[in-house]
Order: sequence, then C-alpha cells, then structure tokens
Amino acid sequence: MNKFLKLSGLEPLIIRPDSNFVNVGERTNVTGSAKFLKLIKDEKYEDALSVAREQVEGGAQILDVNMDEGMLDGVYAMTTFLNLIASEPDISKIPIMIDSSKWEIIEAGLKCVQGKCIVNSISLKGGEAEFIRQAKLIRNYGAAVIVMAFDEDGQADSYERRIEICSRSYKILTDTVKFPAEDIIFDPNIFPVATGMEEHRQNAIDFFRATKWIRTNLPHSHVSGGVSNVSFSFRGNNTVREAMHAAFLYHGIQNGMDMGIVNPTMLEVYDDIDKTLLELVEDVLLDRKDDATERLMSYAETVKKKDKKEEVFDQWRSGTVEQRLAHALVKGIVDFIDIDTEEARLKYDKPLHVIEGPLMDGMNIVGDLFGSGKMFLPQVVKSARVMKKAVAYLEPFLEEEKKKNPASAQVQGKILMATVKGDVHDIGKNIVGVVLACNNYEIIDIGVMVPADKIIKLAIEHQVNIIGLSGLITPSLDEMVYVAKEMERVGMNIPLLIGGATTSKIHTAVKIDPVYSGSVVHVLDASKSVTVASSLLSNDQKEAFHKDIKESYETMREAHKGKKSNVEYVSIEDARKNKIKIDWKLDQIQEPTFIGTKVFTDYSIEELIEYIDWTPFFSTWELNGKYPRIFENEKYGAEAKELYDNAQKLLKRIVDEKLLIAKAVIGIFPANSIHDDDIEIYEDESRTKIKCTLHHLRQQVKKAPGIPNMCLADFIAPKNIKNDFIGAFAVTAGLDIEKTIQEFESHHDDYNSILLKALADRLAEAFAERMHERVRKEFWAYNIEEKLSNDELIEEKYIGIRPAPGYPACPDHTEKPLLFQLLDATKNTGIYLTENNAMYPAASVSGWYFAHPAAQYFGVGKIAKDQVIDYASRKKLLLDETEKHLSPNLGYE
Amino acid sequence: MTDIKQLLNKRILILDGAMGTMIQRYQLNENDFRGERFKNHSLDLQGNNDLLSIVRPDIIEAIHKAYLDAGSDIIETNTFSGTTIAQADYKLESIVYELNYESARIAKKACMEYTAMDPSKPRFVAGAIGPTNRTASISPDVNNPGFRAITFDELVEAYALQVKGLIEGGADLLLVETVFDTLNCKAALFAIHQVFDELNKELPIMVSGTITDASGRTLSGQTAEAFYISVSHANLLSVGLNCALGAKEMRPYLEAISKMADCYVSAYPNAGLPNEFGQYDESPEQMGKQVEEFCASGFINILGGCCGTTPDHIKVMATIAAKYNPRQLPILQD
Repeated sequence: MNKFLKLSGLEPLIIRPDSNFVNVGERTNVTGSAKFLKLIKDEKYEDALSVAREQVEGGAQILDVNMDEGMLDGVYAMTTFLNLIASEPDISKIPIMIDSSKWEIIEAGLKCVQGKCIVNSISLKGGEAEFIRQAKLIRNYGAAVIVMAFDEDGQADSYERRIEICSRSYKILTDTVKFPAEDIIFDPNIFPVATGMEEHRQNAIDFFRATKWIRTNLPHSHVSGGVSNVSFSFRGNNTVREAMHAAFLYHGIQNGMDMGIVNPTMLEVYDDIDKTLLELVEDVLLDRKDDATERLMSYAETVKKKDKKEEVFDQWRSGTVEQRLAHALVKGIVDFIDIDTEEARLKYDKPLHVIEGPLMDGMNIVGDLFGSGKMFLPQVVKSARVMKKAVAYLEPFLEEEKKKNPASAQVQGKILMATVKGDVHDIGKNIVGVVLACNNYEIIDIGVMVPADKIIKLAIEHQVNIIGLSGLITPSLDEMVYVAKEMERVGMNIPLLIGGATTSKIHTAVKIDPVYSGSVVHVLDASKSVTVASSLLSNDQKEAFHKDIKESYETMREAHKGKKSNVEYVSIEDARKNKIKIDWKLDQIQEPTFIGTKVFTDYSIEELIEYIDWTPFFSTWELNGKYPRIFENEKYGAEAKELYDNAQKLLKRIVDEKLLIAKAVIGIFPANSIHDDDIEIYEDESRTKIKCTLHHLRQQVKKAPGIPNMCLADFIAPKNIKNDFIGAFAVTAGLDIEKTIQEFESHHDDYNSILLKALADRLAEAFAERMHERVRKEFWAYNIEEKLSNDELIEEKYIGIRPAPGYPACPDHTEKPLLFQLLDATKNTGIYLTENNAMYPAASVSGWYFAHPAAQYFGVGKIAKDQVIDYASRKKLLLDETEKHLSPNLGYE
Repeated sequence: MTDIKQLLNKRILILDGAMGTMIQRYQLNENDFRGERFKNHSLDLQGNNDLLSIVRPDIIEAIHKAYLDAGSDIIETNTFSGTTIAQADYKLESIVYELNYESARIAKKACMEYTAMDPSKPRFVAGAIGPTNRTASISPDVNNPGFRAITFDELVEAYALQVKGLIEGGADLLLVETVFDTLNCKAALFAIHQVFDELNKELPIMVSGTITDASGRTLSGQTAEAFYISVSHANLLSVGLNCALGAKEMRPYLEAISKMADCYVSAYPNAGLPNEFGQYDESPEQMGKQVEEFCASGFINILGGCCGTTPDHIKVMATIAAKYNPRQLPILQD
C-alpha cells in the first residue's frame, strides 16, 4: 500500500502519482472575487452557493473557501458558508480547502467539515512553536495542510529561500509533529511575471525549479499554488490570462506540481492555445527573451476579451420550462426558480396548476430517485426547499385566485404531523410536511415524542383532515399501532398516514390497518404523500380510494400469513417445563363464600369516588404528574387544581342527578388447571360436570436463566392435586352516558363532554378496584384482614390479580364472550360486546380473578407456531382463524 | 496486559453481540430502571439501558459473561448513550461520568475473571462511544440548512467526559461506534486525543461507521471510502462497520474499507435487516454463513454482532472465525 494523499468530501479523492493535476476551485474566495465578496457581505448565501456549485460543475475537485476580508466576521462567514455547503451534496461531494491567514477562521472551518479537508495555510512566519501547535491541532481535526514558503524572515522569493523553508518545515512536521508526509502540500509562492520589474523575471522559473526540488527531496509531499497570481499584470484580459495559466500549469505539472488553485470554468487547454500567443507566454514564463514582457503586452492589446464560462454550466437552461423546473427540483437549484415559476405561471391557466403540474412532476421524479436509492436524504431536503420557494413565489397569485374564486383555491386540507412518542427523529416528517405545505395543505406540525393522547387531542382541536405519523426507531412501530388503536377507541375516522424509515407497507397492512376503521396509508416518501393526500380528501375519489386501500391491505395481510421468522423461542413443551414453580401441596386454598354469580344493579357511585385513581385522569388532560402532588406543579398545578375542582363538581352532579348508572356482576367458580395451560370451570363443587374451559397462552420467548415462562393457568391448582377456584367480573359506570353527552354537545360544551367521559372511565376503573377489594375481603374472603389505602391499591399491593381478556396476560379477545356467558354479563349489567369484542359502554371493565399469592401481571408477548397450533386444537378452532385472533402476538409470519 | 495487536496478527478476534436484545429478555419495567436511587426521578427512565450499569449491574454483568462464555475476546461497555447529550433526554447528565466509570468497571471485572480462568485467551474491554442523538453536519430544520442542533465544541466536551469515565473505569480500548455523522466521530476522536494528553495515557482506538442503506452512504452522505479517509488521521487500531445492515448487505462496503485501510478491520452487522415488525430474525446459522464468507475473503480482523445478535450468534461466529486467518495488515511502501 502506498502513501497517497487521501481527501474526502462525501466521496473520496485520492491523489496518486498517476493522477491528473488536481483543480482547486478558487471563486469562493472573497479576496479573489468581488462578486463573491458582495454576496457574502449582503448575506446572500444562496447565491454564494451557486458560485460554489458552478465551480464543481466546471470541474473543481477541491473547493477553496476564503473569507479573509477586513469588513467581514470571518469566523461567522466561514461557519455559515461551510454549514450550508454541507447541505448541498452536489458541492460537498468534493473536499474543502479552508483558506485563511487567520488561525481562528481556520479552526472554525475545521469544526464544520466532516470530510478530510485541507488547511490553506500555515507557515513558520510566527515561529516554530506556533507552527507546531497549529500543525498538531490540524492533525487532531483530521486535515491535510498547505505549508507556505514563509518564515520568520519573510516570504521566500528565490529558489534557495524556497527550498530552505520548505525542507525546514518538512523536517519539523514529520519529525516533531509526526505529520504524515503525504498530507503535506507545499505552496512555494507563485508570483506575477511580466510586471516590468527586473527582479520578477525569474519568478516562474524559480517556482518550477523549487517544485522539482521539493518533489524529489521531500518524499510523499505535494506542491500546490495559486495560479492566477502569475498573470496579475494582465487583469481584465482573460484570453491572455487563460493562456498564461494553461502554460504555467503545463510547465508546473512537468516539474511536479500536482495541485493548483484555479478557476476551473476559465481554463484554456494547453494544446488549444493560439500558437503565437503560446510562444509569447512561454517566453515570459521561462524568461527566454529580454523583451518578452513588452511583446506579450503589445499582443495583449490586440486580443478581444471573451468569456466562455456561461455556456459551460447553463446548458440545462435551454430546455422547456417544465424540464427546467424538474432539473431545478432534482438538483436543488434555487437560482432560477422565480423566473421559471413565473414563466410557468403565465403558461398555465391557474397558479395552482403550476403546482399540480410541472412542480409535482418534478417532485415525483425526486421521489422516484429517492425511493430507488439514486438520491439521498440531503438532496431531497434541498428539493423540498426549491419547491417551497416556487410555491412562495406563487403564493400572492394563489391568494388573488382565492379572492376571485373562493371555492377553487382554498386550502386543500389540514394535516397534522407528529413523530410518535419515544422517537426524536423528524427529518422525514419535516420533509413530508414541507412537501405537503407546498401543495397547499395546511400543516400542523406538533413535533417529536408526541404521545397518542396529544396527537388525538390536537387533531380534534384543529379539526384536521388527516393525521400523519412518523418514526425511525423500531419501537415506534408499536407506538403507531397504539395511536391507531386510540384513534379507533375515541371514534375517529380521518385518514392516517404512516411514514418513516422502519415503517413498511406490510407492517401497515398487518398491524396498523386492522386496528383502525378509517383509511390507513403507508406513504413511502414525501412526494408520494401528495397524491395520497389528494386522493384521500377529494370528494370524487375518496370513497373508492378508501375501499381500494383497505382491500389491498387486506390482500397483503392474507398473503403475509403463514410465513415464518426466527426470533428466539423455546418450544411450547420447554416453556411449560419452565413454568412458575408453585408448591401446591403446601398451599392453603381459601373456599369462597359463594359459588356462582352475584349481580349489583345501580351500585352507589358515591362509594366509588374514593377509589378513583386520579393520576391517569390528569394525564388524559396532558397534565402529567402524580396525584395529589400534581397540584404543586410549578407550571400547571393551578390548572390541575381547577380541573380537579370541575371534576368534583361534575361528580356531584353525577351522583345527585344520577347522570351515570353503575352495574356489576361477579362470579366465583370451582376450577382447576389442566394440560398446563387451560382452566376447567365446573358446574358445582362436585367437579364432575364441566361448565366451560378457558384457554390461556404461555410466554414462549427464551428467558434469562431463572425467569419463568408464565401462563395464567399456572396460578390455578392442577386437576387432581387440589380443589381451586377462579373468579370473574364485568363492571360498568357508563350506562346512560349518551343523554348527558348530547346535552353538553348541544351547548357546544366540549369541556364537560370530555370531562364526563373521562370521569366515567375513571369510575369504571374505580368500580373494578372496589369490586376486587370486596371479593378479596368479603366474597372470596381470602384476605379478610387486608387494609390497604387507595394508593396501595393503585400500586397493586393486594394479593391476587384481575387480568382482562385482550390485555397482555391474556391477549386473546375471543375469550371475552366466554367470560360474558359465564357471568351472563349482558343481561346482568347491560354491557354488550361489539363484533370485535369491544365493550359498550366504553366505560366498562371485565376480567378474571386469580387469588393465588404468586399470581402476577405479565405479558404473553410473541409466541411460536407450535403453541398456536396447540392452542387452536384446544379451542377447536381452525388454525388460520386462531392466527387472526392472535395476530399481534404471532412471533412468526 | 497482552498487546492486542499481537493477537490480531494471529487470529480473528471476536467482539460481543447486542446488549439491547439481551436486556429485552429481562422484561424490565419502569421500576426496574428507576431502582431505589432514581425512584423519584421526574422523567420516565424505562429504555435508558445505560442506566442499568448503575441500578442493575447484576444484569449487565450477566450479559457480559454470557458473551464471554460464547467466546468474545472483546466486550463492549454498556455506554452507547453515555454522553451528557444523550442522557439529557432523561435529565441524567449529572451521572454521566459515574455511568461510564461503572460500566467500564463491570466489564473489566468480568474480563479479568475470564482471563484468569484461561490466560491463553485474554479478554478486553472496549469502551463504547455512541453517536449521540444529534448530528453536527446535518440540520434538523429543513428550512434552515445552515442550522446545527449541536456544535463540534459541544460534542468534544461531552465525549471527553465519557472517555475519561471509560478510561478511569478500566477500559482497555475505545470504540467510537455506529457513526452516522462523521463530524460527530471526528469530535469524539478529537476529544479522545485531548483526554489522552490530559491523562498522559493512550488506549488503542477502534472506529466503526454505519452505512444506512443500499445507497452505500452514511446518514451524513459519505461513501464508505470517504468515511474511512475522514477518520484515518486518528492512529486507529481498527476501522469497520456496524449496525443498520445485515452481513450480506454490508459486504460491498466492508470490502471497500478492507481494501483501503492500513489498520485492522472490524465488522459487527445486525442479525439481518429488520423485518416489517422491527425485529431482527437472522438465525446464528444464517448469519454464520454470511460472516464466514467475510473471513474466507480475508476482510476481517475483528468480528461480532450488532442489533438482534445474541450469545448464540457470537458462539457460531467464534467457531467459524477460528477456522480462518485474519486479514493481514498492508505493508506501507516508502
């Protein structure tokens, strides 16, 4: 392997001995370009970026950036410009040369560049100590360095001084600093020739000789220089200057110069130089004739200036306006966007048609390129910016159109965008937001780490037409499913867009679409989002689109089933062997005070109030904090208190005016576990006749040593070992709620309407808590002595558990009808099950009672196919039906 | 302490696998993450895996030992998010030094036990230095591309504190990993050399970048070669790739780095690409087949696993790697 100078922007640049001469673009230099200086002074950074882009398109392989001007804050200008360049992949693909005579500007630049750049320059001008300090830092920042032939005594202006300073610098760098020799580039000073001064006649020759000496005697180092200096005396005459540059480079390269700062868009090819001019130029450079300067001067008078840079990069400007807009969007070029947009506006009937037509066509190309991996993120962000500029240009015309014809140009729709809870990645979301906003959608971006309740609350508050969810990390997938579930729970039906790196069409189809009855659409990227949004909201298309998308997801889901995956599971047999260890022989099982069911009609709400767990009530209202400490919260303690007071008032009305009716049924039945995972319930204590059999699922994911694979059936004594019991309950506090909700809503009193629903939910939970307590102390009476405060109840300090079907410990919703049959719950309480086994009224809770002290809450998690097959046969169901019920838990595809 | 370079010349060394995947198996809840010490902390702590080094060192030690049992020569400290920047999400900036120190100490203790059991197979602790959750060369604001949510100097300060904790806690190596923005990595390397100067002590440095997708680029847009060049100044023990891709997808970029690097080369891919449900499900055998090809091609000196890999994966890799010679360091010609 060889010691080559290796540099990088987004892409590598390796300078090998056989590499061609490396062009360093010089126009992004405030000292060399008045135009660039003015752009920087006026903070027109976007135009300044075009100067850079022009250099790259013109063939620059490295970009020199210089902000050394007395009137500029050089550190600020360097930082700003380099940060902007980093967002322009067309430019930042090449390495940067940070050019300054001020160390603080160099250091500011080094802190902005991810690639391996070049510092231009350091020298021995300020003495060895400073030279060493700077070189060491440059090494730590990871850059190569240009060393000027300059020392304590001044700039080298002869061959001897050049080699003296360069060899001394080389020795210090390689010996003391351990700077890699291949990362050292010497600038042995290019000075003007043909100045008329006698002492300048040898300037070019001395440079060539010094270059040759350096390349021969200082191994692996390189030679560069600012070429345009040489033609300084011909300022304004580009023909002569270009010829001089080309000839200088030709000879420089012959002598070993391998890099140079030039204007790549203004470089003549050596062989194309007019032969007469070339001879005159070389006479000057090589000091071949005494009157060389005079002869070149008089020739120069005769040559007309010409400027050839225009045609180099502007070819795309000759296309149609649609092609130009597409090019500008794909390349992220804003320079001509106003002109082109105006041209398109005049061409099309309505400003909106410009957006829907050529601009969207351009964005679709961007989307396709991005989707197929031919463009990457920073470019897409840039494209979005161009789009936004175009739309901003059209804005006043759109407004005017709106006035003329209010129906046609109103906002297409409101879209709420959020990155889901637990995720901070929002680049993708921002892009989609920008693109949609560009298309006349009103975007309500509520930021990152947004919990479901907030998304829903804000969506309702802003009356949005669509919700867009984004996330990048994998746990966000589950969170999106949760948001969709919550949307369903609160009865939303607006379309839901799903996007972000880990999301996929198949996940959307399999996991999200089924939990939400409104349209759910996976949007691959920003540009696709527009067509999707317009289809979802267009009056003509939306129904067909909704139906199509539901059907296509349904098809995908079906196709998806039956595939397999490889997360680590133990076999169901092994999982059963690793069940929680309970020594039933030693255990005392308490006989309940009754067998069968007990019904409670019109239960006292007043009694339930003290069992309310208020903390979730506040988080419903986005006031997070534990009750009652929440009242001391600096920010919203007062609001929490006010909310609590209003809740108390409404509770009083609920009690006084009987706004809500609470009913419950509980049951206790003789039961034993069988075949590890099932529970048999018997008609009576003789345990001869089976009333029904409950089927439970067992954790099957491989556990750390000593951690059991749990199943609810483990908490009931096995048949023939000991007689055991299981309890069941269904409670509601939401009967008759509709009447009052309607009353509130007819007065547009959303506050109380929501408050009432929230309180009904809390009361139902409180009811479940209270009944469970009475079961432990009175009805099953296995813990008569229990004396727990409400806080201790909330912390689940009691003995036994009350898991609910459809929740983690028993995730199969289809066991719920069994529970309802056992309790005759619909007849006894008025709660009924929807076709998806959701309970109505919503403020209802149902579940099982397990009394054993070892009983604990857990989640079944993902399970493997052997268990599902076993489970299906136990439930006497078809496998595919079972898999459908258990789909969130399937550990295979 | 054995010089790791001698070992690297002799055989392919085995890194560990995923920490997060193993922690998930414990099914910890919010209370587990809080422990007694943080029970009144104002923010939820569940998911702050690094914190387990303080509140549940038993779990972290058990996971380290599971990997050492599987044959890991090098184990990574549980400090992926151990910077003030990443811990700010949990308002736990104040414990960053302790977190790194303790994590290194736990890992070192485990390594010393295993080295004592079999001195012919010395074990090493790599202090893991993650990317933080901010990017120094990408703007988070689409409308303001020049904006930066974090500066180089802020990164250097945060990394320096982490590095100090890791070194003083007993790390043998430093591993700057999952580099998605090379400027962040360069700040980490800058901080490392700063701390080396301060403590007058140097450890070998490993760097591992992340190619995010089939574009073959880092998140910040660099190709694998450009990435290597950008970090090659730091006198690295090794350079390589981890995360985002499975072994199969990683191969072309690993090959590019292997061709270029004048230091040792590492790879610790994910257990395949995540499936649509965000899980990594390549089996140890499937993954083993793919990494065997890396070994046979002579690309590799250090091999391990990232997301979704387990001691079973590492065990298979260790068996496979033992059959092949390590990649030879290129000879630099003068």
